[in-house]
Amino acid sequence: MSMLTAIPNTASASGANTALSIMRLSNITAAWILGFLWVLPLLYMLWAAFHTGSDAIYFDLSAPWSLDNFRHAWEMAPFVRYLFNTFAMVTLLLSLQITVCTLAAFALARVEFRGRQWVFAFVLLQMMVMPEALITENYQMVARFNAIDTYWGIALPYVASAFGIFLLRQAFMQVPQELEDAARVEGLSRLGVLLKVYVPLAKPTYLAYALVSLSHHWNNFLWPLVITNTTDSRPITVGLALFGSPEVGVDWGVLSAGTLIAIAPLLAMFLLFQRQFMQSFMNAGLK
Amino acid sequence: MPNTLLNSMRSSNFAFAWMLLLPAMVLLSCFTYFPAFSAFYNSLFATDFSGARHFALQDNLLDLYYDPVFWRALTNNLWYALITVPASMILALVMALWVNEKFLGRSLLRLSFFLPTMLPMVAAANIWMFFYSPNIGLFNRVLAVFGIQGANWLGDPSTALWATMLLAIWKEAGFFMIFYLAALQAIPSELNDAARLEAPGYFYRLRRFILPLLGPTTLFVFINAVIHAFKVVDHLFILTKGGPNNASTLLLYYIYETAFAFFDAGYAAILTMVLLLLLGLCSAIQFALSHKRVHYR
Repeated sequence: MSMLTAIPNTASASGANTALSIMRLSNITAAWILGFLWVLPLLYMLWAAFHTGSDAIYFDLSAPWSLDNFRHAWEMAPFVRYLFNTFAMVTLLLSLQITVCTLAAFALARVEFRGRQWVFAFVLLQMMVMPEALITENYQMVARFNAIDTYWGIALPYVASAFGIFLLRQAFMQVPQELEDAARVEGLSRLGVLLKVYVPLAKPTYLAYALVSLSHHWNNFLWPLVITNTTDSRPITVGLALFGSPEVGVDWGVLSAGTLIAIAPLLAMFLLFQRQFMQSFMNAGLK
Repeated sequence: MPNTLLNSMRSSNFAFAWMLLLPAMVLLSCFTYFPAFSAFYNSLFATDFSGARHFALQDNLLDLYYDPVFWRALTNNLWYALITVPASMILALVMALWVNEKFLGRSLLRLSFFLPTMLPMVAAANIWMFFYSPNIGLFNRVLAVFGIQGANWLGDPSTALWATMLLAIWKEAGFFMIFYLAALQAIPSELNDAARLEAPGYFYRLRRFILPLLGPTTLFVFINAVIHAFKVVDHLFILTKGGPNNASTLLLYYIYETAFAFFDAGYAAILTMVLLLLLGLCSAIQFALSHKRVHYR
């Protein structure tokens, strides 16, 4: 900045600067207040999980900490089984999703054939006609496959994910055609090109899709509620809802402990890989 | 000769493409196209006592028309969308503008806003259930400090729906913040600097420069928020079960009840068609807007 323009304005500029910094300060304060309000429910639950029900209700900050709630919760519901079910179902679903969506996305991105635009449009229809809206009909369909109360039953409606196909198609289309041509000259088959050229280059998209899909299906509730009816396949969300239902009658401290057990694995993963998670959501949204 | 070569390549392409598409198309047929068609078909026809199918669209529409719970669920859902969508979008934008600035502890703040998104709705509802409870609930106890008589938030028909909305806004705002944040970070810094020189006033810059650039993101977030308002009903299972007296029921929750508590698959199919029509309307709006005003890269 040149001296000449700076000098005449000194007085008013410093006034404006104080006004600006006051505004900035109040802005940041407001941000922190909202941020605090936003985590308050979680902090409260965390605190309540380590205190007896009555201490939690009266919010007695001097009350002693204890692990009793966790012991009770642990004894009252098969949390390990629920978590295992969720883990197994999500693993199955994610590996199927990635296989099916990779193949379809490759055809839609890099194979010229008649009616490709139409096929793509039909695939995208699933973004609107989503499995959540079709629970009644999909229940009957899964019953036909004899897959009620199985991991397959929970996973199947979500395997051909239009969102996954869309993201991967986008990623494949950005791979330069010359790379494919060079690999073909080297003697790779078309499927070989897909596996050795396209898939490795789309790694960031795979990661983004995997994390978004993982957190969605780890937390999914309505469809698993409909399609499971025993502990054999019931995921953690449905298990948690049963655990908290009024018929079971657990007190607030035990319910907090149970909720904490239920959310701990995904939350721990999220806190460890925070950057990747948020980046994945950002990438998925920008496409 | 080159013509036949081209033809054979085309047909081999065709076979190869469909081989790749086969698994996805089979699954989509089983769990999207056929079920949607089946819901459509079942809303047109009915089976009478002798087992014969007959055209019954009129009867089915009259059933809808005379079903007060359906109208309750529909108006509730429209109010639910009308309140939660703008509220969580505005909060999301404000949060994103905040955490896009540089200051100490920014990533902690970003985390605080985003954290509710990572919880299952059921777990979030468990926490909020306690806040809302009439005698021991946190809300009423805080209000009592100020000498205000609290309410039975979930048990009172006039507040139950609002209580579910508040939870939804808390849960979703941080999710939509991420998309706004991504868009803000995508604005090139030279452009930002130029705008700062041209217009030093923050709100002027926000209105004339930042918000227009966020147009496509706003459309994306808007459509997603509306879809969420119609497809996320998990919290109702914990908080209100649609009650009291259907005061907080939503369309998808009513579909669930009709099919799996009242075992009326036929009527559930008609309700499903209504939901699909609403979702279709959303997509049509998105399509129209994205081609008109909002420019895509």
